[in-house]
Amino acid sequence: MTLSINDVKQVAGLAYIKVSEEEAEAALSQLSGIFKLIETMQAVDTSHVEPMSHAQDLVQRLREDKVTESDQRDLCQSIAPQVENGLYLVPKVIE
Amino acid sequence: MFNDSLKQLSERLANRAISSVELTTEFLRRIGKLNPQYNAFITVNEEKSLAQARRADQKIAAGEIGPLTGIPIAQKDIFCAKGWLTTCGSKMLSNFVSPYDADVIERFNQAGAINIGKTNMDEFAMGSSNETSYFGPVRNPWDAVAVPGGSSGGSACAVAARMAPAATGTDTGGSIRQPAALCGISGIKPTYGTVSRYGMIAFASSLDQGGPMAKSAEDLALMLNVMTGFDERDSTSLQREKEDYARDLSRPLSGLRIGLPREYFAKGMSSDVEKAIEQALDEYRRLGAETVEVSLPNSSLSIPVYYVLAPAEASSNLSRFDGVRYGYRAQVFQDLAEMYRNTRAEGFGAEVKRRILIGTYVLSHGYYDAYYIKAQKLRRLIAQDFKNAFKQCDVIMGPTTPAVAFDLGEKSSDPIQMYLSDIYTSAANLAGLPGMSIPVGFGDKMRPVGLHIIGDYFSEARMLNIAHQYQLITDWHQRAPNL
Repeated sequence: MTLSINDVKQVAGLAYIKVSEEEAEAALSQLSGIFKLIETMQAVDTSHVEPMSHAQDLVQRLREDKVTESDQRDLCQSIAPQVENGLYLVPKVIE
Repeated sequence: MFNDSLKQLSERLANRAISSVELTTEFLRRIGKLNPQYNAFITVNEEKSLAQARRADQKIAAGEIGPLTGIPIAQKDIFCAKGWLTTCGSKMLSNFVSPYDADVIERFNQAGAINIGKTNMDEFAMGSSNETSYFGPVRNPWDAVAVPGGSSGGSACAVAARMAPAATGTDTGGSIRQPAALCGISGIKPTYGTVSRYGMIAFASSLDQGGPMAKSAEDLALMLNVMTGFDERDSTSLQREKEDYARDLSRPLSGLRIGLPREYFAKGMSSDVEKAIEQALDEYRRLGAETVEVSLPNSSLSIPVYYVLAPAEASSNLSRFDGVRYGYRAQVFQDLAEMYRNTRAEGFGAEVKRRILIGTYVLSHGYYDAYYIKAQKLRRLIAQDFKNAFKQCDVIMGPTTPAVAFDLGEKSSDPIQMYLSDIYTSAANLAGLPGMSIPVGFGDKMRPVGLHIIGDYFSEARMLNIAHQYQLITDWHQRAPNL
């Protein structure tokens, strides 16, 4: 597999990370090396292996559907970049 | 006093030879003296630490003293601590004062321990040298031109330089064990699910596990007794009986079967490390253990598998950093999308961005099966290897790292060389097994060597016993750099 500069830019777009032309170039050469290492996985036949998503085979715990947390909006919003009347402010998204 | 074990410090506090305020003040002074050079701490808050110490002294006066009451503990800056700056080594969280405590922090508070400061780390725990920290690199107390390892490099440095009696760390691919090895201290990553991840800033959730870093196995046991336990706020926390990790410390080792994976001893290990490891194994034979050769045939795949799964999980976990609710926000942007893009471009460092890009790519349409699912399948084979090996042995031993600490800057421009520092450690995370590192001597340039011990699930007490028996007949764990 060969990565292209457009792949890097597209992935950066999906990840919401702005990259300059030089950053994309640098990332391309480093990511290509890393993917070369990753490609060594393909040499092993895993056609009869079940994927392992987790270290322990756990069943997801359920809890009662009731409120357990107290309201800490003011505390949590005290560290926000921008708030007004209890709302988080972001640039306008609807014209 | 700086070399005292946790037990010795607790005895001094109990018999009033020293107060917690005095003890805390002594350690704060030592941090004040050494931290400008070693950069082990991102945040020190004398006022907060001393307030905790005063409360501990009241508890002690009232006769309420537990094993860690009044003892200063350094906390990796990945653990949210209420009212403390909690940065995770990142510009993204450089202004984040946590509104809540992590489960681990709550448990230390409950135990009456003192938070002596928040330790430096690789940004979002991504790194093996502590050089990716936004707050600058940590230096190795044995040799200031060397790295301390990472990502829990600040914690390892703090304990090795005796700026704290013990510390917390987290380990996703080796981040407790590798810096413990490079700094000549002891560290254990327990079985996945043993220490709550609540309030521990997430990197790769199926691999992340908190654990203690200290001077000795005995100290690690006391730390684990406090840190572990079921927490309903962490969906992967295991519902198990609380156990005493110190219960087996004095058990003799006769009959112990130590598995030596032929893949770990085949190639890649430097000769100075090999010499120290062989000497340690000889000590174990003298203690009555026998060594058997085992095989972990898929061990060479652990790094490629890790570098698919960990970035995949990281790219998802780190999507929460968007400049809206907390943390850094870019100053200049036209619209919401640009606010996200600029915030994340400016707030994350190069290594974190690199891993987010890898993770986003392997999870994207068309590549998911070839990379992500493939890696998950190999993860099962790697876990299976250990299962097979444990049929022949009680624990597995080998080197924690292929070489002693490297110099600052030596690998920072070559991510792959850096990733290979975790070649022996990341498999335990993939399998979810407990792993630890203890100091077993010195290699080139008098830099420490760590012995890696991997146990079966929930065998921490036995592993600590195995480490403790070695530490009873050797003194590597008592060596400290002359600072």
